[in-house]
Formats: sequence, structure tokens, C-alpha cells
Amino acid sequence: MSKEPDAGLSRRRVLAVGAASLATALPAARSEAQPAAAGNASDSPGGLVHAVSFNVNGSEQRLDLDARTTLLDALREHMRLTGTKKGCDHGQCGACTVIVDGRRINSCLSLAVMHEGARITTIEGLGTPDKLHPMQAAFIEHDAYQCGYCTPGQICSAVAVLDEIRAGVPSHASESLLDRPQANNTEMRERMSGNICRCGAYSNIAEAMAEVAGRDV
Amino acid sequence: MKPFTYERASSAADAADKAGRAPGSKFIAGGTNLLDLMKLQIEAPNHLIDINGLDLDKIESMPDGGLRIGALVRNTDLAADMRVRRDYAMLSRALLAGASGQLRNKATTAGNLLQRTRCPYFYDTNMPCNKRQPGSGCSAIGGYTRQLGVVGVSDACIATHPSDMAVAMRALDATVETVRADKSSRAVPIAEFHRLPGDTPHIETVLEPGELITAVTLPKAIGGKQYYRKVRDRASYAFALVSIAAVVQPDGSGRVAVGGIAHKPWRIEAAETNMLRGAKPVAEQLLADARPTRANAFKLPLVERTLAAVLAEART
Ligand SMILES: Cc1cc2nc3c(=O)[nH]c(=O)nc-3n(C[C@H](O)[C@H](O)[C@H](O)COP(=O)(O)OP(=O)(O)OC[C@H]3O[C@@H](n4cnc5c(N)ncnc54)[C@H](O)[C@@H]3O)c2cc1C
Ligand code: SF4
Ligand code: FES
Ligand code: FES
Repeated sequence: MSKEPDAGLSRRRVLAVGAASLATALPAARSEAQPAAAGNASDSPGGLVHAVSFNVNGSEQRLDLDARTTLLDALREHMRLTGTKKGCDHGQCGACTVIVDGRRINSCLSLAVMHEGARITTIEGLGTPDKLHPMQAAFIEHDAYQCGYCTPGQICSAVAVLDEIRAGVPSHASESLLDRPQANNTEMRERMSGNICRCGAYSNIAEAMAEVAGRDV
Repeated sequence: MKPFTYERASSAADAADKAGRAPGSKFIAGGTNLLDLMKLQIEAPNHLIDINGLDLDKIESMPDGGLRIGALVRNTDLAADMRVRRDYAMLSRALLAGASGQLRNKATTAGNLLQRTRCPYFYDTNMPCNKRQPGSGCSAIGGYTRQLGVVGVSDACIATHPSDMAVAMRALDATVETVRADKSSRAVPIAEFHRLPGDTPHIETVLEPGELITAVTLPKAIGGKQYYRKVRDRASYAFALVSIAAVVQPDGSGRVAVGGIAHKPWRIEAAETNMLRGAKPVAEQLLADARPTRANAFKLPLVERTLAAVLAEART
């Protein structure tokens, strides 16, 4: 039946091998799908492989990617930034949330090639174990997770939510569309509804956010 | 996803021209509906034309007092625009009731109008579905129909259009502006933009292949108290079972469009002459030709009660 990988072979290495075999398989796939475009340089409209450059957590990246690669897979499989998680891969859970040009998005429903020139911040770019982002510290303080799988997405989303409230963006929970929204518990819960937590850490997440927002809930 | 080629368009006319030359291609805007469906191979374009760089992301005030919303304006930005919040409040409210913060940051005006149904059988590629595969049959008829349509349905399809935004735009008499591959442009009233399923549920709008939406325009603001009330299975991040977009004027007259019940935002202008007499006669006229199933017949009283709640709120 299915062979277990060598005990010495880490998951990382299995992934790297997987990615390499994908890369070698591509030219064949390309010539099958688009005979006219076979073998042409990357970035030509007829090709399946495209060059894309963006800034991730402060460092410039240039990747050659199959156009199908989502931003999530580019981060995880091509840049080894595995902090960002794949939950549903369909925009339904928020585990893949990253901040692009100051806005939170679902990286699973976006193609990497669509982000030429973008500034992308993932959980790895918010803080480091030695120098945590205030939201990361507050999540630890308030026990705002159990298994932790949704947590990178929750934290990226939470950071962006406080920016949205500061910028005056209204929400479904805002009583008035004309007043400035408040950083209260009702607003935070509504704005975080795109981040599902299977462990149900919601109330502690809202408390962590309230602490960072500098208000009581 | 099936392999596809990819290019960026340099202008609206260029995008339409490129699409006209590449049968089987699709525009990609926010990607939040298209990529979801491409992953399931329900959509399988052989070529994607990325329109994100185009200059269609502005909201302009028009000389006639209306608003022109670029096709690429993100749902978040449209909902947060002060002119929309003040003069077209039901549109802000409808947008904010849809999807999640992350999705609204990507979702665009045109993409939202063109999002496809959430019928569970449309998503289940193991089941027949006339919309996904014309002529294969409809699994929903005789199946699980709780979320599906009750008016304007056909024997081929009973799906609903899932957009919240479009319901408010229907009540606001919006117009959809487009450009075609031959560079001609046209303006389609939103009432005529989405189609009923009939025998061809796979054809959802009047857009021609390769036709690009450039903007949606709203006429001069009509004032009144504006509402968007959405009833759903959980308080946030769920599609509507029923939704009501309404404007109520100080004299009690007004407009009503209903979401969650049909293949398009549902509005019958003649029903609005009954607004002064309350929710019941309006709902009766809106739902006169309803063909509900046992599982979704609850939507009929729910429309009336949701409208009654809105009218009661308008009186306070
Ligand atoms: C989990 C989840 C929950 C959601 N909940 C809701 C909800 O509660 N309410 C709601 O209303 N919506 C909801 N949505 C749907 C969301 O609003 C749509 O996915 C979004 O609006 C689509 O916009 P987009 O720009 O991403 O479109 P895309 O995915 O880029 O495109 C959609 C379609 O429009 C076409 N298109 C795009 N722009 C143009 C143009 N300018 N001219 C011609 N064709 C064009 C594309 O070719 C494609 O066929 C939800 C989505 C998800 C994933
Ligand atoms: S209702 Fe329409 S979308 Fe749903 S299964 Fe039937 S044909 Fe397909
Ligand atoms: S993995 Fe992107 S939303 Fe679930
Ligand atoms: S902490 Fe386990 S899913 Fe949220």
C-alpha cells in the first residue's frame, strides 16, 4: 500500500521534492495545452509560467510561477512561509488571511501573479518570537487559541480590523453609518466573522483585541 | 484548476478586445468567486484577462446628482464612501451584510453582480445541474431546496442570485455600463441585467461574450429612510434566506426589492403602490406567482414579516 516516507525525511523535504517535480512537469503540460506557445519565455501572455515580484515581510521576492498558484501556495510552498494556514481553500474560514497593501485578504482566493509590486505581510512579518507584535502578545496573554491552527489568520485579521475601525470603515454592527465606529465587542465580533475558530476561542480573541485597542469590552 | 494562460489588460477597450479574440477566456477582478469555482472546475477558462490594473476604481459624483461607481471599486470602499453612506444607505448596508471583511476588501462591483448561485447542487459536480451542465437535469427539484428560489423559477432551475449588493441596486434603479469587443458601449437598466432561468439557466445576464462592465451608475438620491434587512441562518458571514432593500418616504410611499427568493433581485414596481396599506398587500403582489417547495415555502411569510418589520421601524 502507501509507502511511509523515510524516517529521516522531513515533511519539509517531501514538500521540496514535490515542488521540484511539479516544476519539471510544467513544460510538458504547457506544450500539451498550448502548442503554439510551447517553450516561450516566462511572462508572455501565451505561457503558463509567469514571473512575479512582490515584497513579503520587507524582503523583495521574484518567483516564476504557474499562473494557477494562489498567493497562499506561493507563500507556503514556494517561500516556505508556513505560518499562513490553508483551512478550506475556498474563502470560508479565514485561516489564510494575510495583509496586502494594508488590507486583509483571503490569500487562498487570489492568484500570486495578480500581486505584482504588492507589499505582503504574513504572521512571520508582524513580529518575531523575541519581539512580538502587540496583538501576538495579547493573544498569548488572553489564551486566544487552543490548537492554534486558525491563529495566524486571526492575528492578521485582528490587526487589520483595528486599522479599519481607526480609518472609520463602518460594519454591519455599526448603529449609525454616519458616526465613527467604536472598537467595542459587538463591532469586533462582527468584523472577525470571516475567521472561523474550530476550537471556539472567540471570546478570548475579542478580549485580546480589546486590550490592543486600549478599551474595555 | 485546469491550466490557463494569463495576461493583464491595459485599458477597458483593450480588455474587451482581448476577450473578443480569445473564446473561452474570462476576466478576473477580485477573483473571490471565479477562483473558488475554478478550483472545483465548475469554471474552466483557458485564458484569464486580469483587469485589476484598469482605471475603473473610482466613485464619481455626476452632474445630474447621481453617482458613477467604477466596476473595480472594492465592496469595502463602496460601503465606506461617505456619499453612499449618506445618500444611498441601503447600498452600504447591503454590502456590509455580505461575505466577510477579507472578501469585501477584494470583491468588486462588477464581480459581485456576476457572482454565481450558491445552489448546493451547482457546487456538487457529481450531481446533474442544468446551470453547470446544460441539459443534464436539475437535482434541486425534488432535492434539498431550503435555500432556493420561490418566484420566477422554471422547470429547469430554481436557483437564486446570492448577491446582497444587487438587491439594493435594484431598489435604487441602478444602470450597468459596459463596453463590447467592437468598442461599442451600452447602458443596461439593472431590472433587465439579470435573467430568469427559463430553459437556459446557464445564461444568467444579458452580457454578450467578452462584454466588460465598466461602471454602475445610480440616479440622483431619492432620500427617505433606507433599509437593508437580511435574514440568515447565523448573524454574520452567511447568505440570505430572504432580504429586503427598502426606502420609505415620509408620506409612507416607497420602494421594495427582495433578495434570496429568485434568480435575480426581485422587484415589482406595481406592488409598491400598496405601501401605504402595509406589508401584506405588497408581499402578496410580489409573491403572486410563487411556486415554492415544501422546504422553502417558509420564505413567503418570511418576506411579508421582514417587510412588516422594516415598515414598523420606518414609523419610529
Ligand atoms: C465564503 C463566501 C461568502 C460570501 N458571502 C456573500 C454574501 O453573504 N453576500 C454576497 O452578496 N456575496 C457573498 N459572497 C460572494 C462575493 O460577494 C463575491 O465572490 C464577490 O462579490 C465577487 O467579486 P469579485 O470581484 O471577486 O469577482 P470575480 O471572482 O473576479 O469575478 C466573478 C465573475 O465576474 C466576472 N467579472 C468580473 N469583473 C467583470 C467586469 N468588469 N466585466 C465583466 N465581467 C466581470 C468574472 O469573469 C467572473 O465570471 C461570498 C463569497 C464567499 C467566498
Ligand atoms: S436549481 Fe439550478 S443551479 Fe440548482 S441544481 Fe437545479 S439547475 Fe442547477
Ligand atoms: S483557507 Fe482561505 S479562507 Fe479558508
Ligand atoms: S485555536 Fe483551534 S481553530 Fe482556532
